[in-house]
Amino acid sequence: MQAVISGLLMGLIYALIASGLSLIFGLMEIVNFAHGEHLMLAMFSSFWLWALLGLDPIVSIPITILILAVCGIATHYFLIRYVLKAKMLVQICATFGLAIFIRSFAQFLWTPDFRNVADPMLSGRIEFAGIFIGQPQFTAAIVCLFAFIGLYWFVTKTETGLALQATSQDRQAAEVLGVPSNKMFALGWGLGLGCVAIAGSMMSSYFYIFPDVGINFSLFAFVAVALGGFGSILGCLYAGIIIGLVESLGGLLIDPSFKLLYVFAIYLLVVVFKPQGMFGRY
Amino acid sequence: MSDLNLAKQEPVFNTNKSMVYVLFGFLGFLILFPVLSPSQFLLHLMIMIFMHAVISQSWNIIGGFSGQISLGHGAFFGIGAYASSFFYVEFGLTPWIGIIIGILICAVIAILVGIPMLRLSGHYFAIATLLVGISFQVVFQRWDLVGAASGLWIPLTSEDSYYAMQFHSSKAPYYYLFLIFFVIIFFITWLISRSKLGYRLRAVRDDAQAAQSLGIDVAKHKIIAFAISAMMMAPMGSLFAQYILIVDPDRMFNFEISIIALLISVLGGIGYVWGPLVGTIILIPLAEYARIFFGGTGGAVDLMVYGIVLMIICVFKPSGIISLLPNHILHREKKR
Repeated sequence: MQAVISGLLMGLIYALIASGLSLIFGLMEIVNFAHGEHLMLAMFSSFWLWALLGLDPIVSIPITILILAVCGIATHYFLIRYVLKAKMLVQICATFGLAIFIRSFAQFLWTPDFRNVADPMLSGRIEFAGIFIGQPQFTAAIVCLFAFIGLYWFVTKTETGLALQATSQDRQAAEVLGVPSNKMFALGWGLGLGCVAIAGSMMSSYFYIFPDVGINFSLFAFVAVALGGFGSILGCLYAGIIIGLVESLGGLLIDPSFKLLYVFAIYLLVVVFKPQGMFGRY
Repeated sequence: MSDLNLAKQEPVFNTNKSMVYVLFGFLGFLILFPVLSPSQFLLHLMIMIFMHAVISQSWNIIGGFSGQISLGHGAFFGIGAYASSFFYVEFGLTPWIGIIIGILICAVIAILVGIPMLRLSGHYFAIATLLVGISFQVVFQRWDLVGAASGLWIPLTSEDSYYAMQFHSSKAPYYYLFLIFFVIIFFITWLISRSKLGYRLRAVRDDAQAAQSLGIDVAKHKIIAFAISAMMMAPMGSLFAQYILIVDPDRMFNFEISIIALLISVLGGIGYVWGPLVGTIILIPLAEYARIFFGGTGGAVDLMVYGIVLMIICVFKPSGIISLLPNHILHREKKR
């Protein structure tokens, strides 16, 4: 039961990270291989805001969102814009190159040391019916869930969100109707990385922060996106939770050091037998 | 590999004579190089160039010819390294045979992994290879039989030994070993690129459905390409293990190998036989000198350079440096 709860809490965070990836993919059919590195940047920025200005990660969420959104829009304007019409290979290489660059640049600037936010506002754990839940984990999951609902509401209910969806369905038709696709792409990158910023700053309360931290998260996000179906935001929620559960239950029942392999096995199963994912459009 | 025989139906050796002379002159220079240059550093540089040229050629087979982007190709490098070292450390089997065993193991693994994975395409395949590459590292870090996280330490011989493939007095024998594999593998690639297999792979890359409708078994050809590619990667792992004499999961399954394999091919020109060589000649000296120049800063500088180069190439010259060559040279290669 303990494992189920902690898997569930982790799963909600995966869901938010994956929905950012899925949003970007759905919009322009580019997989952001630097997604985990952006998460790392989010964690580092909330770390530095704590270390230099003394702001708690919870308090600095808006600043982190802003930083990452700017970062996402910059990514779009300086890199993605040029490879939009290129072959898929070039697109993969471009974001992959970005990932390598961000990771090694972080290592160059901040050394590969492990850091953590000492004495965050959220700490300790709560006990409920014999199950211990870390308070930061619990809050992180709740915040991620709300952010997820907010994102879903934004994309499906507001006018800008509908314009986003229109662009992702048919770029040219949307442009004819007066939806500037370039701006929509920039918005998509801003939103996608905003999601990452929330997840990253929530996690920086209880996670170690180091330049390679993003790799596992980005792998899980890829799996979640494939599982939920590329471009489906709601699918990410279910897929994120499934991955969180598989990870913690697999770790409990078999061997915790191979948890990547269980998740990988799910990926292969889903992708081979149901390539469009559980809720996919494609 | 049976398709390779079909190459004979075409005139394989009708290449321009002057080209052949240039190639043989180049080869002669490479053979004499250790005699001309006694500097151990230059030999090391050349060894690194040969190794990376072959690594990226291996990536080029799957990524360039058949168009499947592999982000975890370093796995085969590691498997090759582990195979030859394991048999030497445990059973005293000479690495010469160990290399062949490594090639066979890699071929089998490539086929087993390839059967489910190559049904995927595009992003799905790229993500799957990323996962495979990291999974292998995780497995080897935990696997006690091969020394888990500390890896295998190849016992040193007291003097140079061809049986143990260890040479302590000079790097020249290593140089020749790498040179032999470099020449063989580039020759094989050149044959493949002119064979029916090569044409079919490119047909699969350019339009899988059209290729299928022309009677090409797309899945089979992708798996053949994947296996060939893995078999090229394996001996480089084995030789590198003999070169540094330590085999550990962090070094041999390093993510950097997968990155370099992809980067060099993209830099040189994807799908061209000589693309990886061009890319290597540009990148490896740059990286080695950057490493010397920025020596003690944590080793991330060369990776940073790789990332920047990859992005710049993607934005400005996606077809690679080789496409800057004069058109008539390029065109001849394109026609193959």
